Amino acid sequence: MLDLTYDAPAPKVISGAREDWELVIGLEVHAQVATKAKLFSGASTLFGAEPNSNVAFVDAGMPGMLPVINEGCIAQAVRTGLGLKAAINLRSAFDRKNYFYPDLPQGYQISQLYHPIVGEGEVLVELGDGTARVVRIERIHLEQDAGKSIHDMDPTMSFVDLNRTGVALMEIVSRPDIRGPEEAAAYVVKLRQIMRYLGTCDGNMQNGNLRADVNVSICRPGDYEKYQETQDFGYLGTRCEIKNMNSMRFIQAAIEVEARRQIAIVEDGGTVVQETRLYDPDKNETRSMRSKEEAHDYRYFPDPDLLPLEIEQAWVDDIASSLPELPDDKKARFIADFGLSDYDASVLTADVTNAAYFEEVAEGRDGKLAANWVINELFGRLKKDERTIADSPISAARLGQIVGLIKSGDISGKIAKDVLARPTPQRSTNWLRQSWVCDGLNCVKRKLIHALRV
Amino acid sequence: MSIDTETARKVAKLARIRVEDDALPALAQEFNAILGFIEQLNEVDVDGVEPMTSVTPQRLKRRDDVVTDGHQQDKVLANAPDAREGFFAVPKVVE
Repeated sequence: MLDLTYDAPAPKVISGAREDWELVIGLEVHAQVATKAKLFSGASTLFGAEPNSNVAFVDAGMPGMLPVINEGCIAQAVRTGLGLKAAINLRSAFDRKNYFYPDLPQGYQISQLYHPIVGEGEVLVELGDGTARVVRIERIHLEQDAGKSIHDMDPTMSFVDLNRTGVALMEIVSRPDIRGPEEAAAYVVKLRQIMRYLGTCDGNMQNGNLRADVNVSICRPGDYEKYQETQDFGYLGTRCEIKNMNSMRFIQAAIEVEARRQIAIVEDGGTVVQETRLYDPDKNETRSMRSKEEAHDYRYFPDPDLLPLEIEQAWVDDIASSLPELPDDKKARFIADFGLSDYDASVLTADVTNAAYFEEVAEGRDGKLAANWVINELFGRLKKDERTIADSPISAARLGQIVGLIKSGDISGKIAKDVLARPTPQRSTNWLRQSWVCDGLNCVKRKLIHALRV
Repeated sequence: MSIDTETARKVAKLARIRVEDDALPALAQEFNAILGFIEQLNEVDVDGVEPMTSVTPQRLKRRDDVVTDGHQQDKVLANAPDAREGFFAVPKVVE
């Protein structure tokens, strides 16, 4: 297999009024675990149901109800850990994180502070310009999601829906290895890609299935390298945590604006206060969440309702043996086997369904030509029509045949484009036959249709 | 460690339990008695002893990933002081 090596990207530098500053960023990504039922109850995780209909008494925090862990959630967390080349902890445990909020009726969130299920791993984050950074993962732990409060239905009331309460989340915690807004977004994109390959999180940010808390601090050029050498946080500035970001665009904007805020404070002779902040996309600013500060005394303690979680190495090995080919490996293979460029291989492996489609087109054919047709002609067309590969107007087998015909010189690229450009996207030869009838007899097209009739 | 009335007030607030001012000194006193007992336990040498998590040798019980519960909106909302259109309705809590 081709071993891909990359140079590290240059850290983002922001010029303050007096001097240059660099950014240091760490992320906590909350990924909703793809399972049918919740982490500790048998209620459904389905999005968009009637309010409070996917709620068991456990989720509603009714007295006397006891949590029973969903084995599917454990398996998905382990699977994610393996996909991030992380250590799996055969023994982990659950703790209570105590705080009061209307969307958390238990009065505490069950989480894993002291003994997470997944330990250290790493992710290769490519920036698309030939550079890439290895971001270290500190840990992944399982925890319950909270419910949803709606504040705009009534002037004086908040409305609470507990459907999401108790759904399993994986909190994926990175080390402060990320050095700029684009890198932060690329890191989240890569995590999402890996989890979609694994089938452990659908990564739908609009539905809140993937959210990120972003820790941002600033430092003078050179200080970060000292931190990396010594792992001494003293070289880095005080960090602020921007909570609950659910879009790549906002993540980047928030980091930039927060870094500039910190630079202005420090250059004015002030000190950055460690706190939780909220990003306001309308005003493009971050604001202190003072109310959160007060509640920050979480009084963690081991959950007495739950025994430690013990899993067997053989079970972990079983999951490991069922892992699919992951994005980095698939990309390297596409480059090696099909002679693709780094860029084309990235585009084709971004989504696992697209990658499978391409492989079927390219199988036994000219890989580069196939990539060209899949990326430029098909993806281009799908994007224009706002469609996905699932409703492609042409099957992979048939596009493969067309690519074969182009390669053998039986049809020109122009004719092939013509075939792809047919406005009524019906699959199968019917569609081709109709277009043939409309255009009248054309010997090249007849030849094409003949060749495609299998 | 000694708990003063201010700490007792803070703990009560975090637990959302209302304690009148004149009851705080007695509460702090009780906390101190409890912590005193814990400190006494701390004197026991437990080096190399695994923390006990259960008195019977059992494993954490697990469920299969199957939907077996829910669809009881009326029951879930039955005890709510206020509920509207399927939601719990609470005094406005917004950042």
